[in-house]
Amino acid sequence: MSNPNIYIPYLMRIEKIILEAPGVKTFRLKFENEQEADEFNFKAGQFGEYSIVGVGESTFCIASSPTRKGYIECTFRQTGRVTNALASAEEGDVIGFRGPYGNTFPLDDWKGKSLLFIAGGIALPPMRCVIWNALDLRENFKDITIVYGAKSVADLVYKNELEEWGNRLDVKLITTVDPGGETPGWKGEVGFVPSVLEKAAPSAENTIAIVCGPPIMIKFTFPVLEKLGFTDDNIYTTLENRMKCGFGKCGRCNVGEKYVCLDGPVFTNVQLKELPAEY
Amino acid sequence: MQTENYTIRKASLEKLFNNLVEKGKTVYAPKAKGKVVLFENVERFDEITEDYIVTTNSAKSVVFPRVEEVFSYKKTKEKTEISDASANSFPDVVLWGSRPCDAAAFIPLTNTFNRDYTDIIYNKRFEKILILTFSCSKCDEYCFCTSVNSGTGNTAGSDILFTKLSTGDFLAEVITEKGKLLVEENSSLFEAKPAESKEQNLANVKTYFNHEEVQSKLQNLFENPVWDEKSRACLGCGSCAFVCPVCSCFDIQDESHGGNGSRLRCWDSCGFSLFTLHTSGHNPRETQGARWRQRILHKFLYMPDQSKVAGCVGCGRCSRACPADINILDTVTSL
Repeated sequence: MSNPNIYIPYLMRIEKIILEAPGVKTFRLKFENEQEADEFNFKAGQFGEYSIVGVGESTFCIASSPTRKGYIECTFRQTGRVTNALASAEEGDVIGFRGPYGNTFPLDDWKGKSLLFIAGGIALPPMRCVIWNALDLRENFKDITIVYGAKSVADLVYKNELEEWGNRLDVKLITTVDPGGETPGWKGEVGFVPSVLEKAAPSAENTIAIVCGPPIMIKFTFPVLEKLGFTDDNIYTTLENRMKCGFGKCGRCNVGEKYVCLDGPVFTNVQLKELPAEY
Repeated sequence: MQTENYTIRKASLEKLFNNLVEKGKTVYAPKAKGKVVLFENVERFDEITEDYIVTTNSAKSVVFPRVEEVFSYKKTKEKTEISDASANSFPDVVLWGSRPCDAAAFIPLTNTFNRDYTDIIYNKRFEKILILTFSCSKCDEYCFCTSVNSGTGNTAGSDILFTKLSTGDFLAEVITEKGKLLVEENSSLFEAKPAESKEQNLANVKTYFNHEEVQSKLQNLFENPVWDEKSRACLGCGSCAFVCPVCSCFDIQDESHGGNGSRLRCWDSCGFSLFTLHTSGHNPRETQGARWRQRILHKFLYMPDQSKVAGCVGCGRCSRACPADINILDTVTSL
């Protein structure tokens, strides 16, 4: 049973570690306690607090799909004290996890529609959860298009999965790297995500666009989507405000009347435009 | 429950205090320390001062300590064991000498710790406090409780409200079941209600603004020069948040001693520049003006919109404590 003390994490054993890119790792985590594993449920878009006791907690999305039972995965870049401590953990080690927190991508409402995923850099993990969720329920959706860019070929995460998506006939994958980030054998595009998106010009008809990336990418991607005919209610993104508690009390993800941890992290562009620009 | 009124003589008040101490209660009361008066753990009635408008620190720490262990752990290479701090026993606390603004502050504070997710440690502490408030016979230029739905003789949030009468005796208004129980346990000390009304014994705090008007004005003031103007002197020290009885933003930090340690919930402040800083270096609230705006909007717009209760009780502590003399009343009345 989950603990009534909301600060206490589940103990999770690291089953597998994948080095995705320089300084970027994926952990596959399994519950130490079987009952907790059975009772645990989450939906695409939710996040958690991952921790090394004695060092601290850090906030990342759950990067695996809820259709894949028995484990969760997270992907993180080593940037601070906690992520460095996490990165030095080994397979078999136990870490802490609190969650799931936050709202979800409304996949049920998207039945019968096409999905356009647009991601940049380390922002593919929150989207990977939704991508696999949609691919595991493939018959529910029409076209699935993924536009993914990173600084360089080395910085692309989930390389095996990119290959798998690229080979699938029911997925259209466009990968790109920033100018100068290409390698001699690179077969994808070269250019920034917004311009690659504009060139590919996917149809906006009956389509939901899901955008995750650094603020600069989002800033230039939204006008392109608008030009392509996407309306604000069909554009979804996630906000990545700094958080500590994840349950609406510590105060730091408060933006206007919303708490990103409770009311987000998933927002439509309609909701985003109603918020003060404090994200 | 319906409020019950009694008289308690000054000498009986001391007996009441002694009975509480004898029963093993931990009593926090205003105690003079140099130039300041603080809520401190007291064991003798003569340690308590009556000479204060409000204490320098607020009473929130009795339910929301500055640093609270949420769990402790023991870690070896093979195993991590976690001990739940909410299983600890929490002390029976009597808050003696709170002001009506202090008592009122427990309402928004308790809302925060129960909204969506229940903070069991906060609630366990809250269940065990008895709030014995004393009305205000004095006020100063920093007080503005009457502008935020409170007042110098307001009963909201207290278990018993005592008001000193012209005779030197006290009116005791018993507001809650907890208060009623205390009267029953000490029935010989409480006498029939006095003839004198409390109103003539209360300080008159001027009403400076209408908080509902402020709330509606703030909806359109996000982009406004007032935030930078009024916060130019701000040092970002966080004193305002630390003395505030309603501010509840916190940080979560781990403390380790070898393989043992604990996770701690520690006070924090939206006035600190690191509060919202992302790992990437991006900061959604980059300037002190943006942080001051957050403080005002959170208290006077977001909290009343979410829970119908403002995040400010008009105690004026933040303005008294500010080393740069920034005054919340001045900001709010200048909008």
